[in-house]
Amino acid sequence: MSRSEPLLAIRDLDVAFGGLKAVNGLSIEVYEGEIVSVIGPNGAGKTTLFNAISAMVPITSGDVLFEGSSLLGLDPNQVTARGIARTFQNVRLFTNMTILENVMVAQHCRTKRGAWGALFYTRAFRSEEAEIRAWGEKVLGFFGSRLVGFRLNQPASVLSYANRRRLEIARAMATRPKLLLLDEPVAGMNPVESAELTRLIGRLRDEWGFAIVFIEHDMSVVRDVSDRVIVLNHGELLTEGLYADVSMDPRVIEAYLGQDTIIEDATKS
Amino acid sequence: MTATETRPGSEEEFAPPRRVRDLDWRRLLRLGGVAAFVQMFISLTAMPVRLDERSVIESVLSLGFVFIGAIPIVAGNRLSRQVKLEGVAVHRAGRYELVGGALVGTLAGAGLSLLVMLITHFDLREPLVNWSPQLRDLLSFNRGPVFGTLIWLGIGAAGGLIGGGLRLLGARWRRTLLMMATTVVLASILEQLVVDLVSGVGLEPVAEWFYARRGGLTQAGAGVTAAIAGVTTFFGRGRMKAARERIKTLDGPARTRANAGMILLTAAILIVVPLLVGSLTNELLANVGLFVLLALGLNIVVGLAGILDLGYVAFFAVGSYTAAVLTAATSPRINPEFPWFVALIFVVVITGLVGLFIGAPVIRMRGDYLAIVTLGFGEIIRLLFLSDWLSGWFGGSQGITAIGGVEIFGLTTIDGTNPRNIFYLVLVFCAIAIYVSWRLERSRLGRAWMAVREDETVAEAMGINTVNVKLLAFVVGAILGSFSGAIFANKVGSVFPSSFLILVSMVILVVVIFGGMGSIVGVIAGAALLIGVLGGPKQPGLLQEFSEFKLLIYGALLVWMMLARPEGLIPSARRSRELHQEEFLQDAWLRGEVESDDDNGDGGDAGTAPPGEART
Repeated sequence: MSRSEPLLAIRDLDVAFGGLKAVNGLSIEVYEGEIVSVIGPNGAGKTTLFNAISAMVPITSGDVLFEGSSLLGLDPNQVTARGIARTFQNVRLFTNMTILENVMVAQHCRTKRGAWGALFYTRAFRSEEAEIRAWGEKVLGFFGSRLVGFRLNQPASVLSYANRRRLEIARAMATRPKLLLLDEPVAGMNPVESAELTRLIGRLRDEWGFAIVFIEHDMSVVRDVSDRVIVLNHGELLTEGLYADVSMDPRVIEAYLGQDTIIEDATKS
Repeated sequence: MTATETRPGSEEEFAPPRRVRDLDWRRLLRLGGVAAFVQMFISLTAMPVRLDERSVIESVLSLGFVFIGAIPIVAGNRLSRQVKLEGVAVHRAGRYELVGGALVGTLAGAGLSLLVMLITHFDLREPLVNWSPQLRDLLSFNRGPVFGTLIWLGIGAAGGLIGGGLRLLGARWRRTLLMMATTVVLASILEQLVVDLVSGVGLEPVAEWFYARRGGLTQAGAGVTAAIAGVTTFFGRGRMKAARERIKTLDGPARTRANAGMILLTAAILIVVPLLVGSLTNELLANVGLFVLLALGLNIVVGLAGILDLGYVAFFAVGSYTAAVLTAATSPRINPEFPWFVALIFVVVITGLVGLFIGAPVIRMRGDYLAIVTLGFGEIIRLLFLSDWLSGWFGGSQGITAIGGVEIFGLTTIDGTNPRNIFYLVLVFCAIAIYVSWRLERSRLGRAWMAVREDETVAEAMGINTVNVKLLAFVVGAILGSFSGAIFANKVGSVFPSSFLILVSMVILVVVIFGGMGSIVGVIAGAALLIGVLGGPKQPGLLQEFSEFKLLIYGALLVWMMLARPEGLIPSARRSRELHQEEFLQDAWLRGEVESDDDNGDGGDAGTAPPGEART
């Protein structure tokens, strides 16, 4: 792993909604092959950070560099085309499209056959369709047999909650990204499922070569899989480092629980 | 998880009949009141007066009375409707249904009784044009107001009784009776078409025996029609259902072959039928075809990409005017007198550009804003054609007249005088439009449209350039609409700005919504029903007598459709899933296809997780 050039570099990022600074002077870097988790209390600006990276909210000032070039001024679809894919905190699948179609449509920016190919049913069109389908099935196959087989042609709406989360990750993978942004990937899953997904996040890096940034509240997941933890509070970088260090940091505990709580807890015990 | 297949609420098990004293009075009053109001309203629009001229069965029943008389029947039937729930037995029908039906029917009939009385004693002709003795006489069958007052109470009660009584019959008999009634009404509505067709085959005597000279079925003809419908429904429905199921379960090459067979059969019918029917019917078919073409174009925009375009007529207009300017010798400024097919190339290019030009600013908006802006652009285009500024080019309100026909490689010329050839021309372009819709829907582009329709923000985040994709839908739709316009110009022989009113946009949209957004078959069926039977904005349909009430009926149909079947007449599977997601999920759950959250947690390693036993 070369530490020279960061894959994603955020420099002095400000995102303001009116008077509210959701992200304030944030600078972070993510390197290739790294798994970074972003934690912080509610309203710390974690999702806003993701939205800013994927160009879904306007950046007030600062810069986002991906592979050395700025993402400022790009549309969300162009950011995805550069190689950043994301999932959403509240799962947002195309619920009336089939499971296969969900991952097929996500390859839009990697494919190019337009209306003519479809109308004349050209050889190029057919082979591209076959490729799209094959890649889609491969991505779905990553989650075992849950999303493939007879499920392929079922609408996404029949999936269980956990499988919807998996499909959303599969859909992000289908865009052939270099960097995956996962917004609370295990939220709402039971302990067994979240432990499994934690392993999968590791495999996503090892086998697929993605760099991964994920937001998570479940500390066991953060502990088990992240190389580095970034802690946000009030839109600012509170600290970053290894999980062991960060979790012991009194400022982090205070941000999460509030100072009063610590005192209260102490008095109780 | 195993889904048990027991269905406790199946047709065999009934709860005991409801008692008359348990009647839902509130519901009864409401239904009866609505029915009475509807009957009065229909009467005051003079629909019965006009439709009285159109008989269903010679000297027995006119279409006007079918309309009015159906209302108490429907009300009587609706009153005792029971919501069927899984696992809850339905009450057996009994006196409750009959008494309730009669009461609600009487209430409905009372509306007309009241109207007859009011017309006798008051004169409200000033605001209500149809408040006339003529209407009263018609409503009281020319036997004086007292008879008129009483007879409607009787008719209402009888209708309600029939409506409620239908519930006492078994499903099979009920279906048979309904089918008989519908077939007779349908046979009379389709009279022109059927007579034309039957005579075309050389069976004039048959047609004359079935249909009376002054319109409507003869009494014997009605009897035979009803009998045929009854017998086939009673004995044939099971077989029909089985056949349909069999086709549904076909897969792979067998399915493809079945589909190809259906398409070939339809094509053959569409090619043969115009040869048999007269020019009046061909004219009608051509008009329907023009609207099918428009509706297919709009379907791509609205149905596939989810862009609510209220100004679609703009592209129809641009297509028409371009074809007119380029082919007509009389066009004011430039008149290259291109052959039609050469002009068509320009039509495609110009409409495509206009689509881009209008679409580029509009497409960045969403939802309501987009709809309103397209509405505006639709009007702007028409006003441009009407304006003095461009009248040097397009003739202003005088339009362009004396447009020649479509010359086919020197072989023949197709123009308005030969509606059969026009129909064939339209048919070819409809086939193109169908092919385009069908291919595009199943392509990368079609999937992108679907994604945009479902969730534009996420589609954008998944790497779809939503602006481009939507613009492309807009342009493809525009080009398909322009085909219709180009044919229209050469069919009618003249174009005027007044042919491109906003009403046309609305009618096309209603056709698409009514037929089923996103469904090719649905859109065609919608156009055939609305344009073919009721008539288009300026084209008469099979029910010429309806043309005054066309918009009223469009509106009523649309409202009813939105309430009863929002996915449209023949919906696309996807669309109906969207609108009935909960029911769909319930059905899927009953079949054991939906996972519950707790049956996959123990899967352990993803690579070896069980597939959840093939539950199909």
